[in-house]
Amino acid sequence: MKERSDTDPHSVKRRDVIKSLFALAATYTATGCQRDADSLSTFFHTHFKRMSPEKLAETLARWERRYSKRYNREVNVSATPAQDGVLFGYALDVSRCIGCRRCVYACVEENNQSRDPQIQWIQVLEMDNKHGIDLRHADAYYDAEEVPREDKFYFPVQCQQCENPACVKSCPVNATWKDPDGIVVIDYEWCVGCRCCVTACPYGARHFNWTKPNLASEQLNPETEYLGNRPRPQGVVEKCTFCMQRARKGRYPACVEVCPVGARKFGNLLDPKSEINYILKNHRIYILKEELNTQPKFFYYFST
Amino acid sequence: MKVIFQIIFKGSLAYYLWVLFLLACIIQGLFSYASQFTDGLIVTHMRDSVSWGYYIGNFTFLVGVAASAVMLVIPAYVYNWKPIKEVVVFGELLAVAAIVMCLLFVLVDMGRPERLWHMIPGIGDPNFPSSLMAWDALVLNAYLMVNVVVVVYLLWSAYQGKHYNPRIVIPLVILSIPLAVGIHTVTAFLYSGMASRPYWNASILAPRFLASALCSGPAVLLILFQVLRKISPFEIKDDAIHKIAELMAYAMGFNLFLFGAEIFKEYYSNTHHLVHYEYLFFGLDGKPSPIAVYGWLSLIFSVVAFLIFLIPATRKNFITMNIGAFLIYVSVYVEKGIALIIPGYTPDTLGQIYAYTPSMAELRVACAIFGTGFLIFTLMVRVAIYLLFRQEAKSGGGIAEDAATVEAGSSI
Repeated sequence: MKERSDTDPHSVKRRDVIKSLFALAATYTATGCQRDADSLSTFFHTHFKRMSPEKLAETLARWERRYSKRYNREVNVSATPAQDGVLFGYALDVSRCIGCRRCVYACVEENNQSRDPQIQWIQVLEMDNKHGIDLRHADAYYDAEEVPREDKFYFPVQCQQCENPACVKSCPVNATWKDPDGIVVIDYEWCVGCRCCVTACPYGARHFNWTKPNLASEQLNPETEYLGNRPRPQGVVEKCTFCMQRARKGRYPACVEVCPVGARKFGNLLDPKSEINYILKNHRIYILKEELNTQPKFFYYFST
Repeated sequence: MKVIFQIIFKGSLAYYLWVLFLLACIIQGLFSYASQFTDGLIVTHMRDSVSWGYYIGNFTFLVGVAASAVMLVIPAYVYNWKPIKEVVVFGELLAVAAIVMCLLFVLVDMGRPERLWHMIPGIGDPNFPSSLMAWDALVLNAYLMVNVVVVVYLLWSAYQGKHYNPRIVIPLVILSIPLAVGIHTVTAFLYSGMASRPYWNASILAPRFLASALCSGPAVLLILFQVLRKISPFEIKDDAIHKIAELMAYAMGFNLFLFGAEIFKEYYSNTHHLVHYEYLFFGLDGKPSPIAVYGWLSLIFSVVAFLIFLIPATRKNFITMNIGAFLIYVSVYVEKGIALIIPGYTPDTLGQIYAYTPSMAELRVACAIFGTGFLIFTLMVRVAIYLLFRQEAKSGGGIAEDAATVEAGSSI
């Protein structure tokens, strides 16, 4: 039997197959372009950190165009850099928190989380007075008529903006990193959705978009940050950024502002006169899972 | 080339049915994956609490199969068995098919599969040296490449009727030893490096992975070898098969010992970390765990198989030995697919319980990936049998028919 021949009829067929494959690819690309003029440039996206200033400006403008079209209103997308001499720190007074979850909802509104399915960056845990801070006796899904409930106390958990973040270490593609002001950010266009970081985070602070996030136009907060609260695509991870769109412009995060009992404090750890430094000096501090050496910049304290 | 087409497209009825069955598996899974691709991973039962599930479990199991298939052929090589090249070829073919399945399982688990290129050095930005996932992708692809090169070269030599050049093959086979250990160790480190998950954060995890893989991989080969020697001129003596079975007994014994060490530590010290074992075998907060049945199944099968392989009479009896191989395969599959991943996430890092079991979509996609792997393996084995044994074979048709039986057997 002859095994190899240049006149083999199969080789002709093969060529045809390759041709039709190319045709198919071309058709797919063409229809893709029709669907969205910007989708190809999104596919060949550059990592945020490697963008030139021109490229960054072009990218931000492209996203503003896309969001404005999608939500039918003007949307700003900025990439405000970290300020020099700033390291953000957060303190939460466990003895004051009443478990009202206003912070949870303020966060959702400020940061454009998906409403259906619901994504929340803050989880308030209800704990038993008799067990103390014990996650095995914590309930994140408490449904109370009235808070605070008797014999219970409340323990909100969100991204602890670790100095030594396990999530950043685990990311296979450098899609998440710690900015100089201590905020851990995610490039939503670079994240591959492997969820290593979700697994690595000891605080349950990272949330995955299991499906296309749903956000109505009137619910949208149009002041957004590229690495922060802009609407996220399906299939990527998101998390608290200390409201970087506010914090980097000198404002308090939404959760701090909304807290009705003043349990949440925020400031610059590098400023010796800041309120956060006063609290760290004058109160007993509790670090969640201190033994893991993640070195959170989120400090729990007890004022009473 | 024409002959290759004949081998692939012409075969017995059993072969056609087998291939059709695999194609059916693949096609139904493609539909399921299409809806996952558009709607997102919400079609699975994974959620933020349990963010890896059945897909990554299968991936972990198959890394073990890929690693151990080659590790088993190493002693064969070292002790200089006569049919060495055939043993190497089939071990490596199994490794190739298993790695392809591994990569597919990682791909379907990704939220943005079209961004896979972000992991490729040069055009993407792999996070070396700190991300274990980046290392895993690197070693898996290196291992795949080494195996493909060895297999293609061995078959090419056979195709040309020449003896392979040991100076090319032996260094590559030797290189595949550390790589085989490497892929499994790095995969274990992916879990044991997670300080956030005490269930995995144990230094004993990597040795346990190796021990259990040295049971499951040989279990597949054991059955494959029996079929091969029946239907092809492939010579492998009973002694050799019994030797493999004996090695498996040691591996399973060691595996059970390591597991026992872990159980002792958890239950004797009785810390908060015990909850994950409680969830695996019993349940939490008075609610029975939906995976407890798998926990016990895996454990009981392991112990029974260990006894079968330990006692010379049952080890040397082909019926009980094959039952033992089957039990080991199921036991390790359930252990890696269910018992390793899910308890690590339950309760989650904030103590909340989400009872995960795979969704129908996950089962269907997994079925398609296994279909793909078996199809690749089937076709490769048929071609390999033809090329290796064609001088000794009576007729081409006979082999093509027999190869179908090989597959039916190896699918057990």
